[in-house]
This record gives sequence, structure tokens and C-alpha cells, in this order.
Amino acid sequence: MSGVVVSGVSRTFPSVRGGDPVQALAPVDLTVGEGDFVAILGPSGCGKSTLLRIVAGLDRPTTGTVTLDGKPVPGPGADRGMVFQSYTLFPWLTVVENIEFGPRERGVAAAERRATAEKLMAQVGLTQFANHYPKQLSGGMQQRTALARALANDPKVLLLDEPFGALDHQTRSLMQELLLSIWETHRKTVLFVTHDIEEAVFMANRVLVMSARPGRFKSEVTIPFAHPRSYKLKTTPDFGRLEEQLTEDIRGETIIAVQAGF
Amino acid sequence: MKPLEPVSTTARVGLGIAFFVIFFAAWAAVTFGGLVPKIFLADPVTMLQEGWYLITNHGFLVDIGVTVWRVVGGFILAALVAVPLGLAMGAYKPVEAFFEPFVSFARYLPASAFIPLFILWAGVGEKQKLLVIFVGSVFQIVLMVAVAVGSIRRDLVEAALTLGARDQGIVGRVMVPYAAPQIAEILRLVLGWAWTYVIVAELIGSSSGIGHMIIESQALLATGQMIFGIIVIGVIGLISDFLFKAVNQKLFPWSTI
Ligand SMILES: Nc1ncnc2c1ncn2[C@@H]1O[C@H](COP(=O)(O)OP(=O)(O)O)[C@@H](O)[C@H]1O
Ligand SMILES: [Mg+2]
Repeated sequence: MSGVVVSGVSRTFPSVRGGDPVQALAPVDLTVGEGDFVAILGPSGCGKSTLLRIVAGLDRPTTGTVTLDGKPVPGPGADRGMVFQSYTLFPWLTVVENIEFGPRERGVAAAERRATAEKLMAQVGLTQFANHYPKQLSGGMQQRTALARALANDPKVLLLDEPFGALDHQTRSLMQELLLSIWETHRKTVLFVTHDIEEAVFMANRVLVMSARPGRFKSEVTIPFAHPRSYKLKTTPDFGRLEEQLTEDIRGETIIAVQAGF
Repeated sequence: MKPLEPVSTTARVGLGIAFFVIFFAAWAAVTFGGLVPKIFLADPVTMLQEGWYLITNHGFLVDIGVTVWRVVGGFILAALVAVPLGLAMGAYKPVEAFFEPFVSFARYLPASAFIPLFILWAGVGEKQKLLVIFVGSVFQIVLMVAVAVGSIRRDLVEAALTLGARDQGIVGRVMVPYAAPQIAEILRLVLGWAWTYVIVAELIGSSSGIGHMIIESQALLATGQMIFGIIVIGVIGLISDFLFKAVNQKLFPWSTI
């Protein structure tokens, strides 16, 4: 089976200072086929990051397995690129050096990795800023660089953990269009985590709603819109209906999450 | 004046110089005004004259050179041992668990208390001076470097892992560059302390160096010479500090943006 297969994955964090162990994730199953764009939608604290980190290999599941193209993932690796919600560019490297980091670690020749970086910088519109340090960039530019950095390894899967969560609404809209256009050209397998309903519906082919902690998949909605999609889609009645349906689905979970103290 | 409001470069330099002017003016006032007897505190002009006399008649420049070489030599030896060890401790927790308790203990041993012992072992020559500076600096650098490296942002390490970095890449191309400006700052700080150790070592047992000159001047009650020696130490410290800062800024332009 090609793509990512998550089967029976759960995660319980050991107790901290005498407290109870925290079950962040109930056993979940998920299949993301090759070239699919799946969004995971859920209230904050429901275990979305935990699941993504397990797929990335940054965390181990308490039970269950994750496979990529039929092989268990042994740990973090260049075949699964990740963009984090926090800004994680290396502050001592310029934009172009950050993008070249992955290829460099894999031993790609200097000329080749420079060419890759230049192509990606053009795609995310950062050619002018190639020699800027991260601190000299806005939040949106930093996340665009992070996206280009993840793509530079040509990963099989792109894992995105609320990458636009810290951006203002306008910048976020532009970033969604950018990511979508990149997906429409590369057709990478994408697992996108967000708590923003509009964002999920606009970009994904499938939206999975997660329950309050411990996270489970509560419902799944297929998004029927054809690609390429334009931002104008967001104001159509069909879009509105899907948003409304997901709002209903997620509302109950958010109430539970808030009552549980998140 | 408002909290954290920046000050222009001209104003900064002017204010910095103003303090020195006030300092010397006050010194001149109490000495020339007769408030403090000459035997306890020479006036600034006498100090400069005696300083000139030291340089021209007693080869004081050689003493300065000897002291500088001792500090730099001992300090470089300490850094060569301490920086790699601190890096290893910061990156690998078992290494830290092995060394940390001893180094923490050793760092509270005052280097000056070892001087009599070192004289016994190594005489009053260069070896003993280097040893004092080495012992005084090495444990401090180890611990501070270990903390600096260990304070690496976890999310940066995780980002590097998802980009395909292995252990060597994590240590060499993430942890080291991350901590490098802090390590440079640590070295600058400890170099300042190393100056204290060398002077103490020279005061106690030495036939050359700035500290030796100061203790000889005491026998002659030449307060001008003693103060000149002390000021020379301050000036050298200032210069080395300035050089360190300039080099750091050149090497790590990203950390000061
Ligand atoms: N390392 C950890 N140790 C203990 N608890 C954790 C840890 N990481 C996450 N959790 C807990 O697991 C739950 C889910 O966290 P997370 O996956 O980050 O949620 P989300 O990304 O959906 O907001 C939260 O209640 C959080 O407090
Ligand atoms: Mg999260």
C-alpha cells in the first residue's frame, strides 16, 4: 500500500509529578493515499500535533504502527518533511542556506542543491530575500521559507502542523493559496493539521474531524471541489454548506474540550 | 529618558568618555587639593611620569608582554580542553552525568588557593602561571559551555531531524552554530577573570610581569607606579574586550540583528 497508513496508533504520556497519565490519542486508524491532501481538524489539545509527530517519527506511539509505502517508519527522516507551527528556521543560516540544509545533510552536491533552492525560492516568492537571516523576515516569509526547506528534500509526504496558525488572516489566505498551488503542481501526499475550518475545506480533499482528548476521528467529510481551486471558492454556497456541517461536527467537541479545561 | 529608549552612537561615546573625565577630575582634585597625602595616593600627573619612567628605565613593556602571554597561553590551553568537553557534556547526557558533579565541585575551588601548591609542584616559572590560569578558567568554561549547548531549542533539533540530519549533523551543524555566539561570550567573560588569576600569581611568586612590578613598587611606596600598573591592566582588558566583541560580530552577524 503506497502512502501513509496509521493503524491502531495511540499515545499516553506518563504522569508528571504524581498526576495521572495523559492519554492524548485514542487508538486511531488513518490512510493517506499517495498524492492525497488530507486535513485533520480538531479543537486545541485534542492530540493533533501528537499524531503528526508520531507520523514524523519525532514521538513513539504507545500502541500501533505507522507505515509509509508499506514499510514501518523507523524514526524521523527526510522522506517525511514537516513544517511546524512555531518558527523553526535556523537563525544562523540565511534563507537560501536554510532551504539547502536538508539536501546538504543528505550529501547532495553544492551546485545541485543551490539549483533546487533557487527554484523553490522562486516558487514561494523569496528570491529577493535569499541572503536575509530569519530574524529579518516577517512571520509569513519565515513559514514560506520553512515550506521551501521541507520541499527541498523532495519528501514523499508533507506534514504540516498548523503552519499558518500564527499568521494574520490576510497573510494566512495568501499562504493557503500558495500551498495549494504548490500541491497542485507537485501532488505530494499532504497531512495538514489545523483548527481552522475554512482553511481545511479550502485546501484538502478530505477533512477528518477529531474529537476532544483523547483524540479519535469522529467524522470524515470529502471535499468535492476540483483543482485548481481559486480563493473565490470560499464565498460559494457549496463551500458555505461544508463549513457549516463541519462547524456543527466540531462545536460539540470544542465544548467538551473547553469544559475539560483546555 | 525613557525605559529601553535607544541612545545615539555619538551620545553613547560621549557619555562613556564623560565618566572617565569626571573620574580623573575627581582624582586630580583630591590629590592636588591635598585631601589625600601623596604617600597613599599619587596624583594623575605623577602616575603618568612614573609610568613613563617604568617603561623607559625598567623595561615595563617586557613585563606587560610577559603577563599578556601568560594570560593568553593559559586561557587558550583551558579553552582547548574545556570547549570540546563542554560541547560533549551539553550534547550527550551520560557524558554530562559523568563529569558534571566533579566539575561543579572543582569550579568552587579558588585558583588562588592553589598557588602555593603549584609553586611546590612547578616552581615560580611559567609553568606555574599557566597552571593557575588553566585551573581558574577550565572548569568555568566547561560548565557554561555545557549549559549553552544544552539549552538548544528542541524544535530546531526536531526540524533538523525531519530534514534528514543524523547525530553528527545535529551536533555539528545545529548545536554548535546555535551555541557558538554564547560560547564566544563565555570566553570573553572568563578571559576577564583569567586576568585576576595571573596578577595574583605574579604578586605571590614571580620575577617578572605586571603583578611583580606592582609588588616591587609597594616596597618603594611608589603609589604612582602601582596605580599605573593597575590602569595598564584595565586598558588591556578594555582592548581585549573590544577585540572579542568585534570578532564576534564579524563571525556571528546573525546573532546581533
Ligand atoms: N510531551 C508531553 N507530555 C505530556 N503531555 C503532553 C505532551 N505533549 C502533549 N501532551 C498533552 O497531550 C494533549 C494533546 O496535545 P497536542 O497533540 O499538542 O494537541 P493539539 O496539537 O491538538 O493542540 C494535550 O493535552 C497535551 O497537554
Ligand atoms: Mg498542536
